[in-house]
Amino acid sequence: MNNVIVLVAKRIGAAALTLLLVSAVVFAITSLLPGDAAEEALGQGATPETVAALRTELGLDQPGHLRYLHWLGGLVTGNPGQSLANHLPVSELVASRLPKSMVLAGTTAAVSVPLALLLGVLSAMFRGGKVDRVLNLFTLSMVAVPEFLVATLAVLIFAVKLHWLSALSSPPDNPTFAQFLRVYAMPVMTLSFVIVAQMARMTRAALIDQLEQTYVEMAVLKGAGPTRVVLRHALPNAIGPIANAIALSLSYLLGGAIIVETIFNYPGIASLMVDAVTSRDMPLLQTCAMIFCAVYLSLVLIADVCAIVSNPRLKGH
Amino acid sequence: MRWLDNFVGRLALSGRIGLALVAFWLLLAIFGPLLAPYEVGAVVAEDVFAPLSLAFPLGSDYLGRDMLSRVLSGTRFTAGLAFAAALSASSLGTSLALFATVSGRWIDEVVSRAMDTLISIPSKIFALVMVAAFGASVPLLLFTTALIYLPGAYRIARALAVNLNTMEYVQVARVRGEGRIYIACVEILPNMIHPILADFGLRFMFVVLLLSGMSFLGLGVQPPDADLGSLVRENISGLGEGAPAVVMPALAIAMLTIGVNLLIDSLPRAGGRNAGEP
Repeated sequence: MNNVIVLVAKRIGAAALTLLLVSAVVFAITSLLPGDAAEEALGQGATPETVAALRTELGLDQPGHLRYLHWLGGLVTGNPGQSLANHLPVSELVASRLPKSMVLAGTTAAVSVPLALLLGVLSAMFRGGKVDRVLNLFTLSMVAVPEFLVATLAVLIFAVKLHWLSALSSPPDNPTFAQFLRVYAMPVMTLSFVIVAQMARMTRAALIDQLEQTYVEMAVLKGAGPTRVVLRHALPNAIGPIANAIALSLSYLLGGAIIVETIFNYPGIASLMVDAVTSRDMPLLQTCAMIFCAVYLSLVLIADVCAIVSNPRLKGH
Repeated sequence: MRWLDNFVGRLALSGRIGLALVAFWLLLAIFGPLLAPYEVGAVVAEDVFAPLSLAFPLGSDYLGRDMLSRVLSGTRFTAGLAFAAALSASSLGTSLALFATVSGRWIDEVVSRAMDTLISIPSKIFALVMVAAFGASVPLLLFTTALIYLPGAYRIARALAVNLNTMEYVQVARVRGEGRIYIACVEILPNMIHPILADFGLRFMFVVLLLSGMSFLGLGVQPPDADLGSLVRENISGLGEGAPAVVMPALAIAMLTIGVNLLIDSLPRAGGRNAGEP
């Protein structure tokens, strides 16, 4: 068991180090700007004196590494500065948007994980058969489809042709269940499409990996039926790799969310970040980027830990 | 043509569909603009968002321009840019991997660490940060997408190269006194070229998806140039009336990327992926 703890601790350390390096990269890129934030904020008519004054106020006259440390300190203590576009604290903007994105991501996960598991287990059970081949063709195509095609087709069918749903998704404050369904149906459907395909493929691969082991052959020889072999023998041993697959697939949500929140006008953190890019609002952009990177690294870390903990070779030494 | 028969003969059905789609779209990207019925920028239709018709096979766009001509030129833009970016990522990634493998442990460690950092930034986030800092120009998009998919290419190539590096024939070459460059280029590289090519195909697909996503957000290719993603964006107001101008370019992207994915997946031993067939 000690082995496992040491390995997990090492992975956590490595992830923390990577996040630190990532923050340096993000800061370096966003501070290499040709003009700086002070000139940008004051516009064309600014005198050199006012620019210099604002620059001192924003701390832009300090050398790069000090600015980085200052910025990192602010980020860690929950005070990442002022938004340039609307002069609100970045933390306030993020706090108002982040929960909405988490609801969207949570709902998507709740819908897509069971569906993906079902599809993955089904195609592993009937591997090589007709069901498997059709599912394979379908999932293989779905991973390669851009999110905005799924989103536009969904709008076309459910909003334009059938009039069931509205094309914009701004959730009311305390939605009833029906309102919730109407708002979330299309964004969740779009996001689920791509990650269900991804997850189902990885689940299938993990399960087939187990089905090719000798203990499964033993169970078959003993006379266990195909359903029993998969559900009782292979599946429990494939839980680690499957958890790994789920965590990795959920990290695809981050990229998908950017397109989906924008197309449905959903007020989450991803559309906040796109707005920050359009208005070149660097403090806001840096914070959003770091949140995304932190979530992404955490998901990859969880995937890693699942793989380590479930590896029987590391147990009992 | 024997090799082509052999190659096609060994593909599964999904692979043949993929090959047909890829060949179709690559031919369109190369020769398509020659076949375009109208000038790309010319306003030729009387209606905006016209439906499919003989005169305008894919309808007309939000200004009344011919969609077929615009999709043809957009395909060339998308495929050309993605090809250049994927080629840079793959060749640079492979060179770096070979360099790291035949060099000492320190260089390997430093390069791998840098690549691990880059790969830890989600691709769309990285692209957004780059565009925010430097603006969305075609050279920047090319550089950014190449940089984003470099670490993945490096990882695959390094795993292959490290394996080959321990082979006996490489050790023989080393004992024979061959230099590092000779070992990398003559002994290792030729033996990893097939998985690298398959990986290149995947990089191409990723770049197409990322670029069209960025253009769709209005942060990619800027007007008057238009790739397939910007075509979807500029016509999005026609979605409410179900105009083909929105759906057609999006379908074009999907057919291209699905084609690549189906083809690569049915290649024997596509590098490092969960291959579809057991």
